[in-house]
Amino acid sequence: MNFDFSDEQKQLREQARRFLAEKCPPKAVREVLDGKAPYDRALWQGFAEMGFLGVAIPEQYGGAGAGQLELCVLAEEVGRALAPVPFSSTVYLAAEALLMAGSEAQKKKWLPRIASGEAIGTLALFEGRGQPSPAAIKLAASDGRLSGVKLPVPDGAIAHVAIVAARSASTGRDSDIALYLVDLSADGIEACELANLDPSRGQAEIRFNNAEAEPLGEASEGWSLVTRLLDRAAVLIGFEQVGGADRALEMGRDYALDRIAFGRPIGSFQAIKHMLADMYVAATLARSNCYYGAWALSTDAAELPEAAAAARISATQAFQHCAKNNIQVHGGMGFTWEFDCHLYYRRANALALALGSQSYWEDQLIERMRQRNAA
Amino acid sequence: MKGDAMNFDDTPQEAAFRAEARAWIAANAPKQYEEPLRKASLGRLALDGATALEVAKAWQKKKAQAGWACLHWPKDYGGRGATPIERVIWQQEEGVFGKLSFLFIIGHGMCGPTMMAYASEEQKRNYLPPLASGEQIWCQLFSEPASGSDVAGLRTRAERDGDDWIINGQKIWTSGAHYSDYGILITRTDPSVPKHKGLTMFFLDMKSPGVEVRPIKQANGQSDFNEVYFTDVRIPDAQRLGSVNDGWNVSLTTLMNERMSIGTQITTGVPELFDYCGNLMLEDGPAIDDRAVRSKLANWAVKASGLKYTSLRAISALSKGERPGPENSIGKLVAASMIQEVAMYALDLQGAAGVLSGPEADAAGKFQAMLLRAPGTRVEGGTDEIMRNIIAERVLGLPGDIRVDKDVPFNQIPTRGRG
Repeated sequence: MNFDFSDEQKQLREQARRFLAEKCPPKAVREVLDGKAPYDRALWQGFAEMGFLGVAIPEQYGGAGAGQLELCVLAEEVGRALAPVPFSSTVYLAAEALLMAGSEAQKKKWLPRIASGEAIGTLALFEGRGQPSPAAIKLAASDGRLSGVKLPVPDGAIAHVAIVAARSASTGRDSDIALYLVDLSADGIEACELANLDPSRGQAEIRFNNAEAEPLGEASEGWSLVTRLLDRAAVLIGFEQVGGADRALEMGRDYALDRIAFGRPIGSFQAIKHMLADMYVAATLARSNCYYGAWALSTDAAELPEAAAAARISATQAFQHCAKNNIQVHGGMGFTWEFDCHLYYRRANALALALGSQSYWEDQLIERMRQRNAA
Repeated sequence: MKGDAMNFDDTPQEAAFRAEARAWIAANAPKQYEEPLRKASLGRLALDGATALEVAKAWQKKKAQAGWACLHWPKDYGGRGATPIERVIWQQEEGVFGKLSFLFIIGHGMCGPTMMAYASEEQKRNYLPPLASGEQIWCQLFSEPASGSDVAGLRTRAERDGDDWIINGQKIWTSGAHYSDYGILITRTDPSVPKHKGLTMFFLDMKSPGVEVRPIKQANGQSDFNEVYFTDVRIPDAQRLGSVNDGWNVSLTTLMNERMSIGTQITTGVPELFDYCGNLMLEDGPAIDDRAVRSKLANWAVKASGLKYTSLRAISALSKGERPGPENSIGKLVAASMIQEVAMYALDLQGAAGVLSGPEADAAGKFQAMLLRAPGTRVEGGTDEIMRNIIAERVLGLPGDIRVDKDVPFNQIPTRGRG
């Protein structure tokens, strides 16, 4: 058996870590957080040059043709560095959707542009409150034209292309939902940036007013594509969360070793040690669940839906737990704008709500475990 | 590329070993006990005491005769000289029959390795094979009333008398002392030096005159542990393990072997709760369809799967001939408090009837038994707090506690309370 990343994959991780340490220090994250730029363009171009954007895109579409495990490794580093770039929207959502369901022409048009950093993509799924569900989708598709409003759309204000979930019928069945590929520069589309918990990443509202769209995949398969896409992205976002959790734990540990109070490092007090030990436990459980998700993703295993839900729940918990207690270890300084703790806290809580929140994934997990037990 | 990809496949050698183990187990395991063993859960035994002892010893003997006992031990001492991954494969294949090893966990996991490190060659050849084959059972005499988590604070005295040592004092929480043939014993040989520096380790015959074993009735009514009293017990100096006053270092060998054995299934209560919720009908349908129940179940399920895959990561490292990382140290900490919460929740779902623990109880009373046994799991083998200290200090590199008794001669340290 091999339940670990290969030496080459670990080298890629090291390479990405070094690259991000140099090109994406907290100062770079803060440029976007402070609203000085919508995303870090130089970093994005660097990602393209390093081949990160096309790592899982086949060579014939301009990618590196590596695989999902390489993508997992990169996701962890992106999460660790809080990279202020539309990596998850473009790579885990738009490119994956194209690879899963795109026509040859669609793939040829968009994937090389994604790999080269020219095109930013996203998935426009949500329409306000609530969990992913066919019933929540009101945006109407008719004769290849879309009308309605999507929000929040991750990176929606900077994206060039969106995969849009739309309602093509109202029979109450999952097959009412179809996916469309939309060039966001088309007429009848307005995107505006929305204030959000983690301004180092964008969230937008996109209004579609009889906008031109081309179908992506079989019309009746839209919802099944959405759930598969969410499962796959859950593992990858899980790795971002694991990377963030690990970094928040390290920050807390380092501060506990450095800070002296009552005449000793605060890391020698059991109240602090035990808090950090619990953070380590949460991060370790999440990492292990995500490794299983990575195995399922990379082998297209039948276990993927269950593995993805477990990875997602566990990683969300771990990042939230580590980010909030990292602030607690830092005490008052952790609550200043100056210290970086809040960047992790913001990202942890924003990622917790991407792709559907915990209750969606809890439901998915239990349903899938139940099906497995029944089988 | 393909060879590097994640996979759960055996290597050809591993597959051959697994096939051999599986075939032997299929032909030899005591199948009549499979069902009760499968149903055993924390706080509820599969078989009554006398039967369990007999069945467990018989299975261990059969394994030893065929070369399947203590797989990782050298052949000369009753083992098989197997690789760590082969041991894990054996445990996977042994499955529920592995529960019959409960009698031997301390002896094989802690006493044996300590003997291997410190006993004479002759002693190893005499004592280890019958320990491996289960003919003789060993216990570990460390904890005392005044030294629980603070084990170096122990007070049992050993005083030199010619070629012997004379032992006086009391041990507590000794698993299996009542059916053990031998034990390893840590004593204080010099109370005038700081506590870690005046300890000495021995092994002894539990039938020695002056040894008295008294079972402890636990809070759940069962008796897994004992008090052991020593009154002028003589131990030959030849049974000393390590140098005089070097017992602390010897005990570290023992305790290092106690760390969660890799590959064994950790009991969490989660599969039991999942099954229970699938069958339980609430007022508006099956419990498992209830939003709140699902949320609870999902949160425990991901902890249980996290433990499972943490263990598989360690096994994967073993399989590649690497040393597993420190991740496995979380297992006991996570599982122990989880099982307590799971049991409480299962009773909560039962409502008022959850209070019943007899034949009327739901799920044959397994969650009630689990609830009553669970506090012990959070204490035995290192309390939750000690486990967190270990993670904080050894994994995260945080400073050790400031020890006010560190440089104080043992006989000047104040003490109070019962361990």
